Amino acid sequence: MNRRYVAVWLSHLATDHRIILQPELADTAFVLAAPERGRMVIKAADRNAEKQGLETGMAVADARAVFPSLMVLDEKPELARKTLDELAEWCIRFTPIVATDPPDGLVLDSTGCTHLWGGEHAYLKDLLAKLRSKGYATRAAMADTIATAWAVARYSPAASLIPAGGQAAVLAALPPAALRLEAGISERMQKLGFYRIGRFMEMPRSVLRRRFGQDLLVRLDQALGHTGEIIEPIRPAAPYQERLPSLEPIRTAAAIEFGLRKLLEALCQRLAKENKGLRKALLTCYRIDGEIQQIEIGTSSPSSSVEHLFRLFQLKIASIRPALGIDLFELDAPVVEDTDPFQETLWNISGSNDQAAIAELLDRLTARGGRDIVRRYLPQEHYWPERSIKKVSSLTEKPQTAWRTDRPRPVNLLPHPELIQVTAPIPDYPPMQFRYRDKVHKIRKADGPERIEQEWWIAHGLHRDYYCVEDEDGARYWIFRLGPYDENTPEWFIHGFFA
Amino acid sequence: MGQGVMRMAILQKLRQDILAMEGFRMPAENQRVHLGLDSIEEVFPNRVFPTGVIHEFISTEREDAAATSGFMCALLGRLMHRGGLCLWISRNRTLFPPALKFFGIDPDNVIFIDVKSEKDLLWMIEEALSCEALSAVVGEIKDISLTGSRRLQLAVEQSRVTGLLHRISPRNLMNTASVARWKISPLASELEEGLPGVGYARWNVRLERVRNGETGCWQLQWTDHFSRPALPAEQAAVLKTG
Repeated sequence: MNRRYVAVWLSHLATDHRIILQPELADTAFVLAAPERGRMVIKAADRNAEKQGLETGMAVADARAVFPSLMVLDEKPELARKTLDELAEWCIRFTPIVATDPPDGLVLDSTGCTHLWGGEHAYLKDLLAKLRSKGYATRAAMADTIATAWAVARYSPAASLIPAGGQAAVLAALPPAALRLEAGISERMQKLGFYRIGRFMEMPRSVLRRRFGQDLLVRLDQALGHTGEIIEPIRPAAPYQERLPSLEPIRTAAAIEFGLRKLLEALCQRLAKENKGLRKALLTCYRIDGEIQQIEIGTSSPSSSVEHLFRLFQLKIASIRPALGIDLFELDAPVVEDTDPFQETLWNISGSNDQAAIAELLDRLTARGGRDIVRRYLPQEHYWPERSIKKVSSLTEKPQTAWRTDRPRPVNLLPHPELIQVTAPIPDYPPMQFRYRDKVHKIRKADGPERIEQEWWIAHGLHRDYYCVEDEDGARYWIFRLGPYDENTPEWFIHGFFA
Repeated sequence: MGQGVMRMAILQKLRQDILAMEGFRMPAENQRVHLGLDSIEEVFPNRVFPTGVIHEFISTEREDAAATSGFMCALLGRLMHRGGLCLWISRNRTLFPPALKFFGIDPDNVIFIDVKSEKDLLWMIEEALSCEALSAVVGEIKDISLTGSRRLQLAVEQSRVTGLLHRISPRNLMNTASVARWKISPLASELEEGLPGVGYARWNVRLERVRNGETGCWQLQWTDHFSRPALPAEQAAVLKTG
């Protein structure tokens, strides 16, 4: 059977992907740059920047001289690579055999697939339209050989559909670089006046080999279809899924538990082998009357422990309604992460602590109370009390800065400061007494003020002057005055209680 | 005479056995928790601050709650001084994590569970107390029934985790299975004469009930350890002249 290939060229893959992530970049000229031999060099320029004459390989300093308002972002090669892989996986809807052609191309083996779209023309049109609607500048071409399709997609804007056997005709008009030659060879060809492939296509092979090496002949043969070319199709990851059909409809909790355990054992065995753990699992029960029952669990760290996952599910098994019976169980792990083999040692600060046991406990608590009930705090370098701590979701993250104890901080902090009425003798002195919740507190001792300014780069507002005061009963409070004394009297608030 | 000594020894042994049956286990010397205050420790059975049991703290006013939180943090610091992690389970928590550092606890070693419904609170505390990997569990709960507290006590007898229950303005003070019940209220701080400002935290600590021990009442000051405050200046003066 005559083979047909499609070569796709995503001419601005890296910059288009950035625009998709940050739509506000669409109207600005920007380039992606990376350091090279001690200077920043443009690795990719978006279409706006290209219009200004900027191109890949230019030094950023030169580009800035031409175009001062140029935006320069860091190049992330692994990001582009990942995008290409994802697009390749997405292209599986067009053909089962898709290969990536780094840095910015895809190769599709469309043999025998095009009739489903009603012809090669419609097939190519649909592919291009879908990719362009995602936001990628795309060119594509279909031909009998990969090399020809590749050359046409990149060097021949007019043609896109090369009829069977038409490689030689179309290649004749293209420059030698379209044959994917090494930079040195194509340069030498240019020097010798071979501007078109047609000029040397018919030359004796021995002459070409002597002048330009075997590589040129191989490439030429590949393009013309005299030798085959091998592509390595991507293999999409098999989903983490296990199925268990039952011979007879299952109706009891004990039987469901038995089935669940079997599924978990199979799934966890695979996860453990791949050094992965699941963060989320979904058990779907197909009932014989056509209804579907589902229960879901989440874990706070990747887990592949049958016992632990089973216990999490056990809390929810009661919510399954088997009715007339269940004849198929399906266990999915939609979220799977790599397990960190060093995690345990990081967590194990004292001998008695067993990280896994605590993580499992937290999973049980979140399974019942909701995902967001577990909080852990790390210090942040802010004086503003509400911003002095940050919530973290990881159990292993360590503080970057030390916890401060140089200033008094109350043991109980009100979620929002509450308004109090005070009697203060003179500005910048602590008040003599204050009224809070209809009780008057006479102040016996006071410390302060500790002025904390609002951080203007985060929020606007007045500063706070904090006082630590003790009333006649010995209770200690943290109160503050908002703003300075000027024409209007400032308000006072209570913010916390000292031990 | 010899018979008498033997009887005493038997009685002592029996007492120890009874204590052990009731859930007091004599901790190994290296696992003992020292409060640093002999006068408090001697009221407890075996003269050791009981760990692996439930301590209950009662407070009504917000000021008392703050003092109680402070005292609990101080105890927690002692319980966690060999490292380890603690769970702080509460609803409408007001504890300000950086304050823990003042009591010798690294706030990042405390995991807070902010429960959304009162119903789940007891279940979560029980579940946490059964986890041997934790150093201590703090639960802030309003009311707890005798049965509920018994469940917690059974959980800690298995796991040997110390539980501190803070009951903020409880509706009723029914009997519970907790080993000790404390009540803490703030006391006016003292500074050396003539110095302005607020001094160290000072509390009136009342041990209202302790199983197989004696009750007591102390005035304590927290700097970075417990201490008995010196007598107030006036009293000292009275003593001197009198």
